[in-house]
Amino acid sequence: MYVYSFLFCGFLCLIAQVILDNTKLTPGHITSLFVVIGTFLDLFNIYDMIIVHVGGGALVPITSFGHLLMHGAMNRTIESGFIGIAMGVFDFTAAGITSAIFFSFIFALIFKPKD
Amino acid sequence: MNEKNFNEIVEKHKPDENKLLNLVKAFVIGGLIGAFGNFLVEFYSKVLNVSSNDASVFMIITLIFLACLFTALGFFDNFVHFGRMGVIIPITGFAHSMQSAALDYKKEGLVCGIGSNIFKLAGSVILYGIVSAYIVGIIRFLIGG
Repeated sequence: MYVYSFLFCGFLCLIAQVILDNTKLTPGHITSLFVVIGTFLDLFNIYDMIIVHVGGGALVPITSFGHLLMHGAMNRTIESGFIGIAMGVFDFTAAGITSAIFFSFIFALIFKPKD
Repeated sequence: MNEKNFNEIVEKHKPDENKLLNLVKAFVIGGLIGAFGNFLVEFYSKVLNVSSNDASVFMIITLIFLACLFTALGFFDNFVHFGRMGVIIPITGFAHSMQSAALDYKKEGLVCGIGSNIFKLAGSVILYGIVSAYIVGIIRFLIGG
């Protein structure tokens, strides 16, 4: 599992670095692109299969953020129908976003920016 | 000075980066963060005795916490400079972009500074994630995918 996690996560970063070096896209473009790719990889449960084989390492890259957005939305549609897409989008990613907001706010209050 | 001259001068003063070395660095650093994430999932599921789904939430929160803390302490930028996309593509890059925006705009106040600028860089990730999830979700719902 550790080896697969290493290879999978490293491979994604390698692709991102190739894109960054050979085009004029900024890191912001590339992360957005990877999130969109992640939402598409939820089709036919491709990303779920990757998580089963790769383990925790598959949840680390930003593609898993897109996958979790999509997965939460599709899970809710089973019980709530069409409107479930809007209700469930943040189901699985809420923990990450809320803790990122919380920690960065607290640390911004405590620490001074270094220049 | 016309545009052609300007471009030539820019070309001349661009730092000569070793692309192959950058690729290796991004691969190794990104891979190490991935392996560390896997370690945390197994660690939490054993120590806290929770399911692997819950353990992965703990893992993501831990990585975000570490990235925010290191950014606030000031040496995460060195990691980014060294590891390039190896640090930005994992969830640490998301946390780093929010933390650095919060720190940069702290001087403009709590509401107009931190409050309105914290999503300055991370906002595009959330925006495009939601938009594509919404569109693909509607298509999948209609065709029953």
